[in-house]
Amino acid sequence: MSATPSATNDTGTAGTTKTRPTVSPRTSEGASVLAGTRTLFRFALRRDRVRLPVWVLALFLGTISSVSSLDTSYGTAKKRADIAETMDSPAGLAMTGPKHYLDDYNIGSITAHQMLGFTAVLVGIMSVLIISRHTRAEEETNRAELVRSGVVGRHAYLAAALAVAVVANLALGLLLAGGMAGMGIDGVDGQGSLLYGLAHTAIGIFFAAVAAITVQITAYARGASGMAMAVIGAAYALRAAGDVGNDWVSWLSPIGWIQRTYVFVDNRWWPLLLVLVAAAACAAAGFVLSTRRDVGAGLKAARLGSPVGSEGLTSPLGFALRLHRGLLAGFGGGALLLGVMYGSILGDAEEMIEGIGELEDQLAEIGGANVAESFATVVMIVLAVVCSIYVVMAGLRPRAEESAGRAEPLLSTALSRDRWVLSHTLVGAVGGTVLILLAGIGFGAAGAASTGDGGLFLRLVGAALAFAPALWVTIGLAVALFGWFPRAVTLAWVVPVYGFVVDYLGEILKFPDILSDLSPFGHVPQLPAQDMSWPPLLVLTAIAVGLVWLGLVGFRRRDLETK
Amino acid sequence: MTKAITVTGLTKTFGRTRALDGLDLDVETGEVHGFLGPNGAGKSTTIRVLLGLLRADTGTAHVLGGDPWADAVTLHRRLAYVPGDVELWPNLTGGEAIDLLARLRGGIDKQRRDDLIERFDLDPTKKGRSYSKGNRQKVAIVAALASDAELLLLDEPTAGLDPLMEVVFQDVITQAKAEGKTVLLSSHILAQVEKLADRVSIIRLGKIVQSGTLSEMRHLTRTTIEAETERPATGIEELPGIHQLRTDDSRVHFAVDGEHLDTAVRRLGEFGIRSLVSHPPTLEELMLRHYGDELEHNGHHSEAGAA
Repeated sequence: MSATPSATNDTGTAGTTKTRPTVSPRTSEGASVLAGTRTLFRFALRRDRVRLPVWVLALFLGTISSVSSLDTSYGTAKKRADIAETMDSPAGLAMTGPKHYLDDYNIGSITAHQMLGFTAVLVGIMSVLIISRHTRAEEETNRAELVRSGVVGRHAYLAAALAVAVVANLALGLLLAGGMAGMGIDGVDGQGSLLYGLAHTAIGIFFAAVAAITVQITAYARGASGMAMAVIGAAYALRAAGDVGNDWVSWLSPIGWIQRTYVFVDNRWWPLLLVLVAAAACAAAGFVLSTRRDVGAGLKAARLGSPVGSEGLTSPLGFALRLHRGLLAGFGGGALLLGVMYGSILGDAEEMIEGIGELEDQLAEIGGANVAESFATVVMIVLAVVCSIYVVMAGLRPRAEESAGRAEPLLSTALSRDRWVLSHTLVGAVGGTVLILLAGIGFGAAGAASTGDGGLFLRLVGAALAFAPALWVTIGLAVALFGWFPRAVTLAWVVPVYGFVVDYLGEILKFPDILSDLSPFGHVPQLPAQDMSWPPLLVLTAIAVGLVWLGLVGFRRRDLETK
Repeated sequence: MTKAITVTGLTKTFGRTRALDGLDLDVETGEVHGFLGPNGAGKSTTIRVLLGLLRADTGTAHVLGGDPWADAVTLHRRLAYVPGDVELWPNLTGGEAIDLLARLRGGIDKQRRDDLIERFDLDPTKKGRSYSKGNRQKVAIVAALASDAELLLLDEPTAGLDPLMEVVFQDVITQAKAEGKTVLLSSHILAQVEKLADRVSIIRLGKIVQSGTLSEMRHLTRTTIEAETERPATGIEELPGIHQLRTDDSRVHFAVDGEHLDTAVRRLGEFGIRSLVSHPPTLEELMLRHYGDELEHNGHHSEAGAA
């Protein structure tokens, strides 16, 4: 892999630089471009000493607990045969993996079939973030310039970042292999566990290598991560399309490759080699591309923009909208797609859930005329939680502007503090409402089509809109924190996290109602399964208004934090 | 003359640090007032209190006759601010940022905006994130000067500008002064303040240690004299207010307190002056009078500081 030469060369380099500091770059070109890699590698590990273990452990524990819960749910051969039959539908295969796993559906292959594609995405995100954080983000903040002016080779940053990604992915792979093999579950054998773990390692390294290219293209870490994540998304979409339709489409996707190890069924090792070769090629391309650009610059030249500000931009609200529009557009597309995805399997929901006794009982408890309606009610919470992620990000924006020193010039104009905060709040609240509406439209349209029940469309859109007041409470909380405890604004993340755990998982895992009462989502009427009820929505709206007002009072009284 | 800014007994603490410690400051309407002090003396904190971005712990501040905290928005229509460390929005072009800031202040003079952009040689189509520090500074300067403000609060406005742009800046400020605008110009670049300021206040550890016109201040300090005389000058050391005397045959070098300058020059005349060079105290020396102890504490021994 790309990092291996760096690790070996690096030892030699460090020695050379120490003993012969006057060595000419021409004579030791190969070594000098990697000078300092080891130091940067250790420095990166030091910086990520919390971040990486959290990522790795979360992925490890997530997998282990899933294996154990799958073992409980599908303990008998009868249940495994049932679920295999359920999965054998376009919706089932699109959300999991290729059909061949169903031929021997033991606990190991159930895990691999249902989890591998999904965890590959998460491992990919971890790897992309490692690379962009330790390469492009360093350049963007000008820290790289300072470091590169020392005895640090041209390729040292990228080599060190790739080495960190390799180490993180290897650690995850080995942990998974050991952990799963140690569970002693029938069907989860040692060889399969090792292959399953190393499949994660390979796909993680591949996406790290993809990021090694994207960080060369744009000058901004966010853009580079976004581009690499788009590749992850495309890889996932290709495998989903291929697994449902033509198998060759899946062969265009590295996620498809690792799924075709048919781990716990056939245990094929060679697809991993394919992934690693592709990774090496991408990493090599990254190294070559990096020599074609200046430090701090991207391959793509920065675009020029308008020399004047339009009337729309220069109003407080128009300006806030401008700052939020990228995020809003991204989430809008995502919400719509997510809605469509859930809607398209709504028709199959009945078959999928039938036979999973526990799930059936739980859905029955929610109420609703049929399984589709109960299932839709649970999906609504997922959609609302996703929209609330945007709302929190929008609510944190004033604080981000303040800490970056950009609020200072604005608030020394005739723009009052109230109007400034309110313009961001309004964009966040209306934006959140638009998002949940889009998710509802996608879910409603696709749901109506897949169930063949046209009346479902309006009911699902209405059910989605009922979550708007809960989203307003979410931004209200962010504003209140901003006014009174600006350093603690990130606490607003509690709403989506708590909402997901308590209102979504808790619904399935039967948490006591009192926990759900603490979440704004817990008070939203569970449409379409239950009846509409206005009072809780009015109370939520009033709470939202109160929180915003409280935040404004607090912000009016405090010092603006300046650099 | 009316006062554009009056500040009395201002204090402001951040946790344990006392940023302002009983600061008094007066700025007359229509003057360019230099606000001098090293980093960390409290210049930016003072300006932010005057903008109502920070609330003072005790003391009073009046800006254009209003209370900067309570009347922030109304006052901001009449003043413009250039921060010391300009941060721009990465996705907005410089031109957009200028229009945004100026319009939010209450209007922009398009002609003047374009003129300033040209004079400062700024490319308004570039995005905020691709600007250098100097260019970000230019964006803030253009935005401040393109609107019709009575009072300009400038916090080290030229920190990132090159010498050519520095000259443009001085022209622009001189012009603003001619239009009757009041300018509070904070800086640690002494030469700049020397060229522009009518009066100067020196801040140290959150207090104004000296305030006045430059000539008043110079009077309080020493003039350095270097002279060559026909006969060796003697008896100089007996005169009052003489410091750091060095004689070398016909050459003599000393510093003399402002009030005793006359006596010293008369005495020199008795020995037949061939050449005479006198240096008025530079602002560096003015500052060192107040900061000498600090420099010594840091291991630097300067003549002026030790004097």
